[in-house]
Amino acid sequence: MTSVDNIIAEFRADRSRLMDIVMAVQHRLGHVSDASIQSLAKGLGMHPVEVDDMVSFYSFFDRAPRGRFRIRLSKTPISLIKGAQAVAAAFEHDLGLTMGGTTPDGEFTLEWTSDIGMADQEPSALVNGVVLTALAPADVPHIIAALRQSGHEGGLPPYPPHRGQGAALPRARVRPGLVKAGPLLSDLPEPGTAIMSALAVTPDAVIEQITMSRLRGRGGAGFPTGMKWRLTRKSPGKQHYVVCNADEGEPGTFKDRVLLSEFPDLVFDGMTVAAYALGSSEGLVYLRGEYAYLWEHLQGILDARRKAGWLGKAVGNRAGFDFDIRIQLGAGAYMCGEESSLLESLEGKRGAPRDRPPFPTEHGYKGQPTAIDNVETFVCAARIIEKGAPWFAAQGTRLSTGTKLMSVAGDCTYPGVYEVPYGITVNALLDLVGGSDAEFVQISGPSGQCVAPKDFGRQIAFEDLSTGGSTMVFGRERDVLAIALQFAEFFVDESCGWCAPCRIGTTQLKLAMEKVVAGRATRADLVGMEALSHTVMRMSRCGLGQMAPNPILSSMRSFPEHYEARLRGEVFVPAMTMDGALREAVTVQGRESMMETS
Amino acid sequence: MGAKAISMTVDGVAIVARSGQSVIDACDAAGIYIPRLCHHPELTPAGNCRVCTCTINGRQSAACVTPAANGMVIENDTPHLTADRRTLIEMLFVEGVHPCPYCVASGDCELQALGYRLGMTAPTESYLWPRRKLDATHPDVTLDHDRCILCSRCIRASRMEDGKTVFGFEGRGIAMRLNIDAQGGLGETQMAAIDKAASVCPVACIVIKRDSYRVPNGARRFDKAPIGSDIEARRPGAKP
Repeated sequence: MTSVDNIIAEFRADRSRLMDIVMAVQHRLGHVSDASIQSLAKGLGMHPVEVDDMVSFYSFFDRAPRGRFRIRLSKTPISLIKGAQAVAAAFEHDLGLTMGGTTPDGEFTLEWTSDIGMADQEPSALVNGVVLTALAPADVPHIIAALRQSGHEGGLPPYPPHRGQGAALPRARVRPGLVKAGPLLSDLPEPGTAIMSALAVTPDAVIEQITMSRLRGRGGAGFPTGMKWRLTRKSPGKQHYVVCNADEGEPGTFKDRVLLSEFPDLVFDGMTVAAYALGSSEGLVYLRGEYAYLWEHLQGILDARRKAGWLGKAVGNRAGFDFDIRIQLGAGAYMCGEESSLLESLEGKRGAPRDRPPFPTEHGYKGQPTAIDNVETFVCAARIIEKGAPWFAAQGTRLSTGTKLMSVAGDCTYPGVYEVPYGITVNALLDLVGGSDAEFVQISGPSGQCVAPKDFGRQIAFEDLSTGGSTMVFGRERDVLAIALQFAEFFVDESCGWCAPCRIGTTQLKLAMEKVVAGRATRADLVGMEALSHTVMRMSRCGLGQMAPNPILSSMRSFPEHYEARLRGEVFVPAMTMDGALREAVTVQGRESMMETS
Repeated sequence: MGAKAISMTVDGVAIVARSGQSVIDACDAAGIYIPRLCHHPELTPAGNCRVCTCTINGRQSAACVTPAANGMVIENDTPHLTADRRTLIEMLFVEGVHPCPYCVASGDCELQALGYRLGMTAPTESYLWPRRKLDATHPDVTLDHDRCILCSRCIRASRMEDGKTVFGFEGRGIAMRLNIDAQGGLGETQMAAIDKAASVCPVACIVIKRDSYRVPNGARRFDKAPIGSDIEARRPGAKP
């Protein structure tokens, strides 16, 4: 048997586990070769083209060999502010590479990646799943030396990484991120407390408590959790599933990282409460591939909970209540944070969204009723069941009860996670984090809003500035248009490609924004870019495309004067430049062309 | 037990649908044309192109994947929707390479025909000039990736109708491509010119060899009548 066959056997040739199977192939063999695709197809009863359809979708799977050590530097507006470019240059210099390249000895590949959830400690990088933070150019030679010395016995280091792997690596450390705890994360109960409170009442009464608390989804969409649980419970199915969305991919957010590393028992308590309310025996955590470094830690917590009787057969000694949790690692796709794409990925497919209806509450994981909630939502649910709905609803505003975890980073003195009551103004939040002289704040990541000082009196709440928690603070020296362009590039990288308006529209918007930033756009270009933005929003299949034009539209609204200042007066300026069009010829000829002046 | 009839309105016109029908199928049957590219009446809908997006009960939804429901209020033929659809068609034109004047599908191409029907003159977006391959390895079928609009019709037809799974997608985002089930080209697959997958392509990506000019330019489907005319002819009281 080949290694691929062994891996398939390990997962009992279960097609729905294709994510794990391909991940194992990638890490045992270094990449997923044509031969591996053939073996996978044969072993799983699929067509090679179907396997490739899935494998080629994810950033962390390679169809061609790359370096044994994959150094992925996080490229975000925050990391660039904090000096990622200088760190990249140091790596390029020391490895003799340009970004995207591999050393001739096949040891190192150096590349950029989207936000890895470390906005509070940028510049950061992933090295085969190990996270390095707060990097400086001076660290680079030591990192490369340590990597060169480590593990030359062939093959790739195991994945997900274990704690020992990072031990020898300089900067392989993620700082705890919680700066300010509120009622949600204070006076913590013993593990299992919420489960015992839930078991003391009926499943319907649990859902009633959640409904009364008026808890809304913390991922940003704000769907009432009680209603979601009720709909899922009453949908008929062979199995009901509880899914925790830990694919925290929105650039600038990292509060789920903090919850999973510092408060995992609250997360699992919440999932178990949901399982009891829904009549579910199987829970899944979809953990983004960038957080693979948490794998060992979380498995340890799950094992401890099994030993303590909080998972497994007869949870909390309740005969008949069996529930366990499996963690599914993602593989580098922002798209999978969207709940229907997440389900597709969980089932071992490419992360393309589903059309709705039907909704996951009726037709979710493996076609069965499924409640998908954000990590923070489960934490809220656990505390509500422990302390009661009135305790929770006393915080926040009428339409947004409770507190919110805000991930704050950028040009501020104290980046980190802040638990604040809903209704807090942007101004008050900026005072807390030491960012009062901000030029603008990006609320809820690229898919959210660019907020100018004139709007700093607005509130963080579902009824005003709705957010999943990402808060990027930008000071006076930052260029709002350049940052809007970086966000536009992010959506080009992360569009899944399924539907035409998002696939092509994100690229067209990036090109249009490049023209603006280069100072070559006319007024007609601005009008065209705005119209195109609206078309992409109206026609796209899922939230990614519907929100992809937000950075452009909201910066146009907040800072029209910045756009005005870069406009050209002509009626028409072509998209191409003469110099750009001749560049290839100039390179081939090895001499610059001369412009004739009359 | 007969299925309960569903009544809905499309641009103010009352129509009746059967339970289980999609909005687009119900409208087709009633003789109301909703522009579309990836939808094909004989294939499971996939919602790739979004051209059939309508305002349904106040929300934007693709008509091919939205089940008909009683009391639905659908807006289809409005200046706003026409403008959005025209922009989508423009995007598909600039994403690939579509030289209508010398393309084998001219007059028979749904992308071109929609450009005419929706009033596209010249694309205003930037041409992306992709570098894609031409696959001529098959004795009877040419695969010209430059023309592909990623509508997934061939993928669905090959899997569901032909039972072969010759096609699939590869990659993501703007780099997404049509992929085939063999490393050495279409010639190594089970593809046959009589397959459903060979006849559903709306553009000139999948072309049957030695067959292209059986009907000359000027005498083809959309040379004679705009796309959608066949559907509109079903409308009660439509002029023949």
